[in-house]
Amino acid sequence: MMAKRYLGTFVIFAGIVLAWQMLHLLGGETALASPAATAVKLVALFRSDMFWGHVAETAKAFTFALVLGILGGVSLGVVLGLSRLSSAVAGPMLVNLYSIPKVTLYPLVLLCFGLGLAAKVAFGVMHGMIPMTIFTMNAIRQMKPVLLRSSKMMRLTPWQTASTIVLPAVMPEVLSGIRLGFSLTLLGVLIGEMFASKRGLGFLVTNAMNLGDTETIMAVAVLLTAFAVTANGLLINLGSSRHR
Amino acid sequence: MKREAWIRLLIVALFVLSIELLCRTKTIPPTVLIPPSDMLIELIAILRSGELNTDIVSTFGNILIAALIVAVLGFAVGVVIHAFPWLRSSVEPLLASYYAVPTFMFYPVFIVLLGVGSAPIIAIAVLLAIVAMITATLDGLDRIPGVLRKTARMYHMSRLRTSVLVELPAASPYLFTGVKLAVAYSFIGVIASEFILSGSGLGYAIAYAYNNFENRKMYALMLLVLLAATAVNSALNAVDSRLQARQLR
Amino acid sequence: MEGAVVGGAGPASDTSSASGSDSVHVRLKQVTRVFTLQSGGSLHAIGPVDLELTRGEFFSCVGPSGCGKSTLLDVLAGLAVPTEGTATFEGRPISGVPDGVGAVFQEDASFPWLTVEDNVAFGLRRAGVDPAEIKRRVDYAVGFMGLKDFAKAYPAQLSGGMRQRVCIARTLVLQPRLILLDEPFGALDQQTRLLMGDELLRLWRETSATVLLITHALDEAAMLSDRVGVMSARPGTFIDMVSTGWERDRDSRVVSTPRFGEITARLWDKLRRETMKIMGVAHGPAGGVAAP
Repeated sequence: MMAKRYLGTFVIFAGIVLAWQMLHLLGGETALASPAATAVKLVALFRSDMFWGHVAETAKAFTFALVLGILGGVSLGVVLGLSRLSSAVAGPMLVNLYSIPKVTLYPLVLLCFGLGLAAKVAFGVMHGMIPMTIFTMNAIRQMKPVLLRSSKMMRLTPWQTASTIVLPAVMPEVLSGIRLGFSLTLLGVLIGEMFASKRGLGFLVTNAMNLGDTETIMAVAVLLTAFAVTANGLLINLGSSRHR
Repeated sequence: MKREAWIRLLIVALFVLSIELLCRTKTIPPTVLIPPSDMLIELIAILRSGELNTDIVSTFGNILIAALIVAVLGFAVGVVIHAFPWLRSSVEPLLASYYAVPTFMFYPVFIVLLGVGSAPIIAIAVLLAIVAMITATLDGLDRIPGVLRKTARMYHMSRLRTSVLVELPAASPYLFTGVKLAVAYSFIGVIASEFILSGSGLGYAIAYAYNNFENRKMYALMLLVLLAATAVNSALNAVDSRLQARQLR
Repeated sequence: MEGAVVGGAGPASDTSSASGSDSVHVRLKQVTRVFTLQSGGSLHAIGPVDLELTRGEFFSCVGPSGCGKSTLLDVLAGLAVPTEGTATFEGRPISGVPDGVGAVFQEDASFPWLTVEDNVAFGLRRAGVDPAEIKRRVDYAVGFMGLKDFAKAYPAQLSGGMRQRVCIARTLVLQPRLILLDEPFGALDQQTRLLMGDELLRLWRETSATVLLITHALDEAAMLSDRVGVMSARPGTFIDMVSTGWERDRDSRVVSTPRFGEITARLWDKLRRETMKIMGVAHGPAGGVAAP
């Protein structure tokens, strides 16, 4: 029943807020702002232009990074996935790259791109592109050969094959990769802003951390969480409506 | 199989060689990147001198502890979530978007709760890594063929015995994938936290070197992290292939 | 009503007393199973079903896809509780998996992390049987099913047919009095199926167990069984019972007898209508098919 499902989410949500309140009581204001104080701060931030300036900054970097990441990741995944050899060679390398703490490359990125938008976008792409490549590549490899044979029997042109058979067949996995890449790209951009910028939500958080302003920290965290959960939900719906 | 490994090795070697060349010819200025050979030399010197040994040991210790906590706790949470479908459908959307939350902003909370030192670092790493283990556990439990549980019932096995003697072994290849991810994310979590927030450990040493323009030392330490991560991952992958080969249907 | 309990119109009619066996081993009376769906509706899977199996009988159940044959097996195995009606085994109501009942399922149920030997020994170890006895029984079952050379191999290294043999050996080793098989050879090719059928007969004679085989293959049912029950489309009920009259020491060579042809013809005649029902095709005059 639909109602039951929303009830479940509500219960979880209530549980989180409760745990939050308890931690606040335990740790005090310097550790963690209370849910109530956070809500107040969030409203105040929404009213301030300065805040929206930061949001715009992050949104700009994020959009660039996401678009680059999707285009680069999916196309690279397709190219690698088309041949058995290339996917077998690249597979373990990509997984290893994914597991390397990207923090080790931060100084290199900063030295290459300087401070500012380019570095932030680089951070975002760095975090988000690899999973999209991996998922796309796997999706192409795992596509049933019989689908391609059927398309040959139907005498489809390469373009028709790609758009009407290959693309729908790999869509679910590619979307899964994009969902993961979405969150990671956002994380990358935020981290980039923590070092490499004087603007953006990441900077806002670092600044607040230095000042001990836990209300701002939590307000931004709540905003980001809400955004990520919503976007994720939309992407899931996008995926399922095509294939159920 | 072997052929791919050779090609990979070749690609990596060519890549390293070209970087070496570009650095030596100053095409890439030394203020940006130093030649890989210099990184290695400096790394050996640092290890020999022992100046950073406590930091290195502390970092790897933290990673190990974090990975262990994640493996055990993540598995337990995964089992609980799997057992209650209503809980699962409520929690799953949150799990998927988890990575977007910059978890290390909880650092001040952990400092207050756990004091300064390793504990808050480990706590952040656990927070970062645990979702991967939970997801892998859910996936593994999902993939247990129903017929195996039916078989256990035919043998009159209790719920507990079924879980331990049938479900656990059946899910173990996927659980091991979770363990691999737990280790990888613990690596990332510990070092990133040390880099951004803390006053000790390998991550902090890299940040310190960066801030003081000590490029040689910085790159040497980055190389160490790279090598360590690759070594650990390769070892885990080797164990994984052994497990998979036996169980592939 | 075609829910006949015993025998049926056919060349050799059969009543339970005439089969020469002693008691009724399994009895299902007006068994019905209705599933409640998550979306709120209900699914009437089978029933009402009446069935009596005599001890040592080899009974097959054929029917169109989705008619509820597997549900029937689940009820007999104690894995599912009937919504209505009673199910008894050896005179006692079935509640949970009864002692002395073994099942071989359609999917491969071998444990991939254990060797063939350990797979076969698994049930005995759980039951706490003496290790020497375990070894004796496992060696026997492994030999009986032709797996001796593969005793230390892992299921992943075996073909589908061999893995099913492992599952059968695993069941055999517990010396069950009732053996339930749910399309055990479904994933195998025809030739392998025929040979496995012979093995099944060997097993049946060796154990003197009562066997219930669910299959969609008419020739398999006709060739192996003492009696074949034809199930209707969902909700499944028995619409015919055919007695084959084969000797106990039969094998796959009965397929060349005229009687075999008569039996399969009769089975298909009944089954064809039921199958067409599911496919949404109206059964017109012989040879004609009306499109939906």
